[in-house]
Amino acid sequence: MSKTVKKQPPKTHRKGERDLRFTTISDMPIEALYGPGDPPDFNPDRNLGQPGQYPFTRGIHENMYRGRVWTMRQFAGFGTASDTNNRYKYLLEHGTTGLSVAFDLPTLMGVDSDHPLALGEVGKEGVAIDTLADMETLFVGIPLEQISTSMTINAPASVIFAMYLAVAEKQGASLSSLRGTLQNDIFKEFIAQKEWIYPPRPHLRLITDLMGFCCDQVPQWNTISISGYHIREAGSTAVQELAFTLADGIGYVQAGIHAGLDMEVFAPRLSFFFNAHSDFFEEIAKLRAARRIWARIMRERFGAKDPRAWKLRMHVQTAGCSLTAQQPVNNVARVTVQALAAVLGGTQSLHTNSMDETLCLPTEHAVRVALRTQQIIAEETGVTNTVDPLGGSYFIESLTDRVEEGAMAYIRQIDEMGGIINAIEANYPQKEIADASFHYQQQIDAKEKVMIGINRHTGGDDTRPEVLTIGPEAEEDQLQRLRETRRNRDQAALDRALANLKAAARGEDNTMPHILDAVRAYGTVGEISDALKEIFGSYQETSVF
Amino acid sequence: MNPERKIRLLVGKVGLDGHDRGAKVIARALRDGGFEVIYTGLHQTPEMVVQTAIQEDVDALCLSILSGAHMTLFPRVIELLRAQQAGDIKILGGGIIPDDDIPRLKEAGVLEIFTPGATLTSIVQFVRDNVPPRHLEETHVQGD
Repeated sequence: MSKTVKKQPPKTHRKGERDLRFTTISDMPIEALYGPGDPPDFNPDRNLGQPGQYPFTRGIHENMYRGRVWTMRQFAGFGTASDTNNRYKYLLEHGTTGLSVAFDLPTLMGVDSDHPLALGEVGKEGVAIDTLADMETLFVGIPLEQISTSMTINAPASVIFAMYLAVAEKQGASLSSLRGTLQNDIFKEFIAQKEWIYPPRPHLRLITDLMGFCCDQVPQWNTISISGYHIREAGSTAVQELAFTLADGIGYVQAGIHAGLDMEVFAPRLSFFFNAHSDFFEEIAKLRAARRIWARIMRERFGAKDPRAWKLRMHVQTAGCSLTAQQPVNNVARVTVQALAAVLGGTQSLHTNSMDETLCLPTEHAVRVALRTQQIIAEETGVTNTVDPLGGSYFIESLTDRVEEGAMAYIRQIDEMGGIINAIEANYPQKEIADASFHYQQQIDAKEKVMIGINRHTGGDDTRPEVLTIGPEAEEDQLQRLRETRRNRDQAALDRALANLKAAARGEDNTMPHILDAVRAYGTVGEISDALKEIFGSYQETSVF
Repeated sequence: MNPERKIRLLVGKVGLDGHDRGAKVIARALRDGGFEVIYTGLHQTPEMVVQTAIQEDVDALCLSILSGAHMTLFPRVIELLRAQQAGDIKILGGGIIPDDDIPRLKEAGVLEIFTPGATLTSIVQFVRDNVPPRHLEETHVQGD
């Protein structure tokens, strides 16, 4: 399908212009000037509304950052639970206002640190968590009642969440007081991030079980963070990121309704996670369009009555894929512009990437600069003084409409295919993204799109910053801990819990209470996932390129 | 064996790393560049990738690793290839690989490492210049 309506480029340069075509980073053509009459049929009441009111184009709060600035939430995790616990305490000391846990690949894939596929990966890209014992260490000295925690975990999300709840119980916290977010977005795993355990449908069952459990017992928890971030990192355009993310959201709402849950209760706990790439205005337009489309989907399409179900709340992270290993200090400038776009787009929470992330996990110094970047935007620049400062701009409103039109065309296409699961099984989003990513790489090679330090301005200082390395000790320590935990636990209690879990998975009972029992008995992420795999099977992708 | 046959390449992802944007872009560029390209898909063990490389009789194995596990996985793949008398399959690598690790990987037997910023054309050209068809020298003599 056509991604955007592309106007024919002029055959010659317009007088005085340096290029034939002016386009966004996603290749959307941009006019020389926007003015009265742009966008056509502009109706502020219908298209914008008031901030804090339907359709929330101008933001989900009436006073936005005059009330409270966004949550500065830096994603962190590496090595063992104890290493990461130290980093959290460092971040909290320096003014971070929410925790965000990065897990290592074995944990993300639901395998234990001693699994053959985990070789060389333990603690490398995030923290290694095998059992409740690791989770207890991760949050030593951090009262879970007083902090909100985001956990980037998808395929084994129920198991990791159960561990978090079990730690909270041990700290004496009430589950109803806990605040935080699970990513728990399996659709984007199949589309872009590629960390799954079971086929899509059983994964969706686990998600609706978790949603139902939270409705009853952990009502302040955001059960899914529906993520465009990874879709964009996999090479999509801005419009594709928006479209596939919202189509995923529609899929979760449909699944919740199908599972018999009350939409008015579960829908307000769905949140979103977008990328902030380098095309400043396109990103602002994307975030504004996201709120407007979601509000309309929830109110008009699903008929939600509670305005909280109409509000798209978002976390944003600056674009890792835009950063360069060449001249890495330049990344600070990129991150600043991207973070500013996220703020002008009205985000609720923000992660700014560190300058060294193309080389390694961030060092403390790099992470501090990234956090300071947010603090400078919040406290020095004055952009927080007024709500949606760009609202009503001829250009921004035109671009917001264009992004919306492009995304809606995709959403209609996916509806016609019978919904997002069918689309995923047909490799549709995967193929669209692979095409966009190849097209962009060709444009970079042809220097039609510029990356400073890669295809232009490549000379000069290229000194490498200090690099954080995770030594093999982390893997050895983790294997040792895992062996000890297995030796010291009550195996009979675990076996009972796993048998009950399998019975629930075979039938229709909610799996969450049984996962919690298995976790309390110090079952590992791998053991619990394998038990469910016996019932649910596993998944092998047909790769398209 | 026909010396004019197309060079066969296996593009592979080893380990749990799901970052396949680069691998897919490279696979497509190599295919467009006139090579025969097979892609392993995700989540392969070193044993699986080596098995595929041998079965498919490829001339080079191009591994993409963005997980930080490259210092473990490259040497393991090379060791397995050599153990199966397939040490002449060329190994190319790409991904997030710090400069300091590159000499050590080359010493271990990796022919070349491409890091972010390498152009598609430079990679295609490198393969054209440095990956000859296998077997010609050692197994096939006259009359071929």
